Amino acid sequence: MQSISHLCRGSCTLHIFCVESVWPLPQKLAISEERYPLSPTHFNFYYGEDQASIMKDCSLLDSAFTRYFPLIFPDLTSGNPPTTLPGLETFSQLVQQEEDGTYFINKTEIEDFPSFQYRGILLDTSRHFLPLKAILNTLDAMAYSKFNVFHWHIVDDPSFPYQSRTFPDLSSKGAYHPMSHIYTQSDVRRVLTHARLRGIRVIPEFDSPGHTQSWGKGQPNLLTPCYKGSSPSGTFGPINPASALSYIFMSQFLKEVTSVFPDPYFHLGGDEVNFSCWQSNPDVRAFMQKMGFGKDYTKLESFYMENIVNITSNLNKTSIVWQDVFDYHERIPKDTILHIWKGLPAQYKAETSRMTKAGHRVLLGAPWYINHIAYGQDWRISYNVQPLNFSGTEEQKKLVIGGEVSMWGEYVDATNLSPRLWPRACAAAERLWSDESQTRSAEAAFPRLQAFRCSLLRRGVRAEPLSPGHCSDEYRGI
Amino acid sequence: RCPRCIPPPRRRTHSYSPRPSPFLGVVINGVTSTDVWPLPQKLAISEERYPLSPTHFNFYYGEDQASIMKDCSLLDSAFTRYFPLIFPDLTSGKPEKAFSLVVTMHQKDCDGYPNEGSSERYQLNVSAGQAVLNSDTVWGALRGLETFSQLVQQEEDGTYFINKTEIEDFPSFQYRGILLDTSRHFLPLKAILNTLDAMAYSKFNVFHWHIVDDPSFPYQSRTFPDLSSKGAYHPMSHIYTQSDVRRVLTHARLRGIRVIPEFDSPGHTQSWGKGQPNLLTPCYKGSSPSGTFGPINPASALSYIFMSQFLKEVTSVFPDPYFHLGGDEVNFSCWQSNPDVRAFMQKMGFGKDYTKLESFYMENIVNITSNLNKTSIVWQDVFDYHERIPKDTILHIWKGLPAQYKAETSRMTKAGHRVLLGAPWYINHIAYGQDWRISYNVQPLNFSGTEEQKKLVIGGEVSMWGEYVDATNLSPRLWPRACAAAERLWSDESQTRSAEAAFPRLQAFRCSLLRRGVRAEPLSPGHCSDEYRGI
Repeated sequence: MQSISHLCRGSCTLHIFCVESVWPLPQKLAISEERYPLSPTHFNFYYGEDQASIMKDCSLLDSAFTRYFPLIFPDLTSGNPPTTLPGLETFSQLVQQEEDGTYFINKTEIEDFPSFQYRGILLDTSRHFLPLKAILNTLDAMAYSKFNVFHWHIVDDPSFPYQSRTFPDLSSKGAYHPMSHIYTQSDVRRVLTHARLRGIRVIPEFDSPGHTQSWGKGQPNLLTPCYKGSSPSGTFGPINPASALSYIFMSQFLKEVTSVFPDPYFHLGGDEVNFSCWQSNPDVRAFMQKMGFGKDYTKLESFYMENIVNITSNLNKTSIVWQDVFDYHERIPKDTILHIWKGLPAQYKAETSRMTKAGHRVLLGAPWYINHIAYGQDWRISYNVQPLNFSGTEEQKKLVIGGEVSMWGEYVDATNLSPRLWPRACAAAERLWSDESQTRSAEAAFPRLQAFRCSLLRRGVRAEPLSPGHCSDEYRGI
Repeated sequence: RCPRCIPPPRRRTHSYSPRPSPFLGVVINGVTSTDVWPLPQKLAISEERYPLSPTHFNFYYGEDQASIMKDCSLLDSAFTRYFPLIFPDLTSGKPEKAFSLVVTMHQKDCDGYPNEGSSERYQLNVSAGQAVLNSDTVWGALRGLETFSQLVQQEEDGTYFINKTEIEDFPSFQYRGILLDTSRHFLPLKAILNTLDAMAYSKFNVFHWHIVDDPSFPYQSRTFPDLSSKGAYHPMSHIYTQSDVRRVLTHARLRGIRVIPEFDSPGHTQSWGKGQPNLLTPCYKGSSPSGTFGPINPASALSYIFMSQFLKEVTSVFPDPYFHLGGDEVNFSCWQSNPDVRAFMQKMGFGKDYTKLESFYMENIVNITSNLNKTSIVWQDVFDYHERIPKDTILHIWKGLPAQYKAETSRMTKAGHRVLLGAPWYINHIAYGQDWRISYNVQPLNFSGTEEQKKLVIGGEVSMWGEYVDATNLSPRLWPRACAAAERLWSDESQTRSAEAAFPRLQAFRCSLLRRGVRAEPLSPGHCSDEYRGI
């Protein structure tokens, strides 16, 4: 079959068939001109002959079929929310409509698989609380471009919205509001279920010892009291690594949260630890002496993190930590995954080389901090990232397991989350799924992404525009 | 403390977790003295406070006014509109003493449109059981109503109160505008109307409607229907009918907002050529047409005949005395390539100076517009090309860094023209972080010139160009960032020098916007007690 490049420019009106309108681009795609009609009244999903009996209790797929039906046939009034699994998602993007509304699909052959197994989006629900609906809507939109990991940066300095069974004061004293700005266990389960039905893993992050101001509100004696001279100043620093209580608490807390979140991976944070408070505290200084750390506080941080990683290991989770932990030469298990977040390409490529050389698996976050907005088509910068373009052996390259788009929350809440995330995050979606050699040109991708953005709008995702133009079905429900 | 017990509801709490340092702008539990945005010129608030209740509240016209004002539907609508803004929880609050807001004004001009001379001055005095609002015009009364609505607070238990207050207020600049671009992206009517609502909350008073441009022509013209049927993104779903335009004019008028349309020419007119063949200049490649088109053809009589008829229509559709004619970014290369245009240049003795050709075009258009009894606004390019325009033409500065736009302001005002400052407030240009502070720190009168010259700076505009903006992201991109310029253009500069001092007030105001249904984005980590209402 021949592939047709009949790309759309600007707005993709109904009667122009956008070949390669699937996003992300499948690894192997062959579409011919021959087309076949479909109709919502004569369409069915089936399991293959030998599968039917095995699959008959697969409620996940049954739900998916139900929910994909209105995505395939958008003019139905069926109101079920969409769901996805990769092949279904692709199929839903292949079905087109003529100007008169009749549906058709082209003769197609696709063989598809992701280039990287870990394709994530980070949401920060501490700098601003995100209502449940915003998270669920994000999961829906993630599924449309085959993201498969939701990295939930759930708590941090400003607020602690996670309602803990073991330590209820953490949220009742640390959340922005103890009732309206929390995630109950039930809310968490809702997120887990919604994600699972879409094939999305939920990896929580409980970042420590830094980024923990809000923890101290509900757990006094957890954080290090900072000193001014010889007396406490009234402010607090990172978790106190010199106190046994800290490890007892973390042990109990991690025991709970590792059971609440089922994914085998768990993000422990470990970034941006400010040493000045530790240095000011006499107990901490004494501890440094006792441990023979001298004046090297990176050793103290290492001590803390190594303990936490150990606890987490014993709870049968694989840890993910920010690159700071590796940069401070902490002694962590070989299977700990390292999350790169700093630097320009030269820096993060060098970091990737170092980390993979040391045998660690790596997640690339640095190039995709799309909370950093700029005027114009900055999606192209995301698109042009080359995750494997660093110096290292083939074996090293295999250790780059994927990457993440980050939407940190300092300036983001539910008023602007969706247009800031979509469609800009889709650039990384394609970079992490598709074959790099077929997706080198952002210019070639541009009309496809514009068409995909129109699809997102049609599916109720509040995705912002990439350039002047319009979508035929825009403003549905805006 | 019972962790799972429901604590008493916290109303109107603007609590922001302090950043580790250095910002500690925390506003807790009620009004600080300056929660009103923009800051009134003269404001005195005392601790004494008075209760109000939605069931015992009334608007009245002053004693001698009642008979005069009884048909003032504009204010009657305003009262109805402001009631739920003043009392967001209509069912709460103990019925207490009655409270009246008494409105008096000097001129009754309820049925007209606001214009460049309209006074927006008001005085507001709040005492026990009564607030007296006094203004010159109905437009001032609207401004005073807005301020009043921002003074009413709620306790934690929901009861309403207002502090003893004396305000004398008026704008530093008479023209405080927002530009929306409905050509790069069509904006549905609702988005425009919502923007007008939000504009009124921070006392913006001009909606500069950049309605058509290169990519699309959504304005449905009576005289030339093909302009939109062939030039709009979609001839039915992406147009503004005459009825839509009237809707915008009415909605704006009720809020004291002027609507100034811009039909930009001779450049920025690609979409015009779709419905009006022979209007644009055919570009040439060598000796034959290339198939592409350039700006409006200044060498053809047909252009002026068309513009005359078109302007005749649109100047009658839009009632404001001002009219924006554009005149920016005219690319000369197409004109230069066209033999007829070159011949015209010869005939007119313009030599090879195409700025003279542009001047010729614009002078004619400004003339037509004058004859239609409108005052023209043009982009600075027209002045920069030394075009001969009437002294009363207003010049709109859009280019450059502070050094450049200040120098431009000096030159323009020295030549006796009134000036609008747009350049520092192109907030379609987004950046990471609190860029509202850059807008806030603009000093419109800090340029070299006499006192007389400074008076010629009549105001400024926030621009939200539409290349990357449509109804999916318009609101969070506009609000609350546009509010910085709102205060700069209304308030006394000497009292509003510090963005740092303004920060907690703007955070609180942003929470108010949210409560009023404006999708305003956050300025920093934190939360509003009533956020996500209707999001």
